[in-house]
Amino acid sequence: MFWRGENFSLEKLPAGRSRVIYPPEPLAALEDIDGAIRHALLHPHDQDPLPALLFPGMKLTIAFDDVSLPLPKMRSPDNRQRVIEAVLDLAADAGVDDVHIIAALGLHRRMHEYELRHALGDRVYDAFHPRGTLYQHDAEDYDNLTVIGATPEGEVLEISKRAADSDLIVYVNINSVAMDGGWKSITTGLASYRSLSFHHNPETLQNTKSLMDRHKSELHKSVWRLGKVMRDCGPTVFQIESTLNTDMFPSPFDFVNKREWEWKAKDRATYLATTKSLNRTPIRLARKIFHSMEGPHQMTSVQAGETDTVHKITLDWVHKQQLVEVHGQTDILTMGIPFVCPYNPDGVMNPVLVMCMGLGYLFNMYRNKPLVREGGVIIMTHPTYRDFHPVHHPSYIDFYEQVLADTTDPATMSAKWEKQYAEDEWYRHLYRTGNAYHGVHPFYAWYWGAHGLQHAGKVIIVGGDPPTVRRLGFTPASTMDDAFEIASDVVGRSPTISHLHVPALLVADVQ
Amino acid sequence: MRLTFDRKPMKFAAARLAGTLAPGAGAAVGPLKLEPNEPLPLPGPDWVRLTPRLSGICGSDLAMIDGTASAYFDPLVSYPFVPGHEVVATTERGKRIALIPVLSCITRGINPPCVQCAARRTNLCERVGFGHIEAGLQSGFCTDTGGGLSTWMVAHNSQLVDVPDDLSDEDAVMIEPTACAAHAALRYEGHETVIIGAGTVGLLTLAAITATRDRERSGPIIVTARYAEQRRLAKELGADIVCSSDELPRWVRSTTKSMVLGDQLTSGFRHVVDCVGSTESLQQALRVVAPGGEVLLVGMPGNVSLELTSLWHREAAIRGCYAYTRNDFAAAIDIVRRFELGRLVSATYPLNDYKDAIAHAASAGRRGAVKVAFDMRES
Repeated sequence: MFWRGENFSLEKLPAGRSRVIYPPEPLAALEDIDGAIRHALLHPHDQDPLPALLFPGMKLTIAFDDVSLPLPKMRSPDNRQRVIEAVLDLAADAGVDDVHIIAALGLHRRMHEYELRHALGDRVYDAFHPRGTLYQHDAEDYDNLTVIGATPEGEVLEISKRAADSDLIVYVNINSVAMDGGWKSITTGLASYRSLSFHHNPETLQNTKSLMDRHKSELHKSVWRLGKVMRDCGPTVFQIESTLNTDMFPSPFDFVNKREWEWKAKDRATYLATTKSLNRTPIRLARKIFHSMEGPHQMTSVQAGETDTVHKITLDWVHKQQLVEVHGQTDILTMGIPFVCPYNPDGVMNPVLVMCMGLGYLFNMYRNKPLVREGGVIIMTHPTYRDFHPVHHPSYIDFYEQVLADTTDPATMSAKWEKQYAEDEWYRHLYRTGNAYHGVHPFYAWYWGAHGLQHAGKVIIVGGDPPTVRRLGFTPASTMDDAFEIASDVVGRSPTISHLHVPALLVADVQ
Repeated sequence: MRLTFDRKPMKFAAARLAGTLAPGAGAAVGPLKLEPNEPLPLPGPDWVRLTPRLSGICGSDLAMIDGTASAYFDPLVSYPFVPGHEVVATTERGKRIALIPVLSCITRGINPPCVQCAARRTNLCERVGFGHIEAGLQSGFCTDTGGGLSTWMVAHNSQLVDVPDDLSDEDAVMIEPTACAAHAALRYEGHETVIIGAGTVGLLTLAAITATRDRERSGPIIVTARYAEQRRLAKELGADIVCSSDELPRWVRSTTKSMVLGDQLTSGFRHVVDCVGSTESLQQALRVVAPGGEVLLVGMPGNVSLELTSLWHREAAIRGCYAYTRNDFAAAIDIVRRFELGRLVSATYPLNDYKDAIAHAASAGRRGAVKVAFDMRES
């Protein structure tokens, strides 16, 4: 089964030389989530228990990941709400009055009120937002950003002034994938654009192999260097990370969580009914249906304390859930691109994000070596319509029309175009006051796929709008057979194929 | 042979209906007809007989044939007339000339000339409907002069411009529309410029601006183009950015770092040249023109409906740009030569195939064509 945006298709892969990579079965969820959270706060790793760090008169800042994860959104109550309520209870017990809660957006769009309420719950929202102590990070508000220090490599850490001036930062993380968490949380989520640009650039991302393997990721190495600056020169950080199992989609879409050969009659019937209905559903309605879904996303672990120690435990849990041992690379990697990626919650999966999801996220779901050999072919399925969310992605539209018409090379676009987008007052205004991604975000989305772009010999999109696919620099194909025919120019007539089953909450450990 | 256009209200209405259904279809059902050419008397001693070689089909001809031309022109033309004012012709002495079709005071025997003609602004002649020839703002709209869509016509000596030997007939037939463009380019002062439309008028205006432009010191030029061939030519003729009409506001916004309020850019381009002349193009021009900027209307408009609040509020201006003077023809010859504009003549037809020719011209952009002309050289 392949995702095709807001729909699915079944494709036949050649027998004998194809393999399908599935995520492992979901781990058992924590039975007493609130109890586990409280235990983590009271028994942290390499740090004093949270109550010991709280005192009257202190400045406490709680930062939390935005709604770019998990996907689809988590069934209420969201883990962020559970953790933050527990932290606030302890802060209240300790007599802490000066508490700010900051959505650690980085350059992501500001969340809508309904999204904040979903992530934090009405109780937290109503207690803090009206008083102005619940707000969203602004990477362009240089009056309220401050430099913590710099790395020997010259990378400058500049973060939220409130966070920097706090006695304690509590960071509440949700670790959907191995890329998330650790020092990346603060050094991107609370950082300025200037600070982010030290690691969100083509050179770093072309040498990030992969995003899911922090020890072979230049991005993570840079982030960890900045983390050391934070540890040495910044306020105390109390990191809380939680992991999720692979139970992502609710009924009636739970068939996508399963292996096709395990589908029962009910799953087949649901699949048929779903795809046939979606074929007749207007795209806007289909989007609404998909984005209104709430996934189970059950918590498998929660740990707190010193960032490095906590993150090591978190990665162990992520790997325990997601690691899949795979032997050898193949000539072709196929993947279905779904309706959502981290940059379009409740929005449109525009063409730039199709590239980002395919070559950025899904291609990078590996450790050691990519699933496809260097110079091989990546085949994606997606309608790839020329459609953008005008409120969320205004600079994406210009990026598509101006930058991609000029170049698809990350280094060239970085040198020639990024500054113009970074300094555009209109994009700044929309990012700071509306619900728009930062002006340079489409560049970052494109850089995210830089390693995949460099690695693949050809990228084919099946079912995509041909002019749009060509604008991305890729090759359109109408069917999967056509795609294999086109791919034969690169990989011959009998290529080996890996199909990455999506949802792909997995790390393929390619031997 | 000649094509004539008569005042026949029923046929005019039929042409209007047909033209609505299919551009150019007015030629088949309207008042346009092919008939044998009859000799016209010379209106005066300074007049000569011409044998047209090529005659281009202009947007104003198409508007008239499809019945969409403004009623404003009614008192400015005399029926029946032979259309065609983009003319390269041969005189009785065998000289090749390009025609300046404007019928000004001197051609009408009016002396002293009006204040505009006296100032050599003959395109703005204040006596267009008077004098010893019938009403007609140009040759090709006047019953006494004939027009280019025929095997012969008459013209005043002052209307003749010698065609240099190095220019082909195809080059020469582009001189008249290029003179319009050269006249429009007189308003260009090096500011950032939008040219709306990349049909013949848009492309030639671009070429005329490029001819005078110091690229290093001038603002960018954005051209909106609908079809692939138009885009290619616009790039070739000097556009910095070529985009579709719906992409234009985004390009202007990002180029000027403008903010946006509702649909209105807070900044914009100081110079906008509308080479289409429709409600949509003018409204878009007002949307992208800077406060205090100017929209130059080069494409012939009809009845348009505009929201003018932004024009008032932002002190923008819409300025008409009609035709040319003799000096513009001199500039046009240089532009035609420099850019080899004869290549923009995409197709020629004999007069007998006038319905096909009109249909082709009416859908030129879609069919990858720019200028369609009649060829009388074999007639």
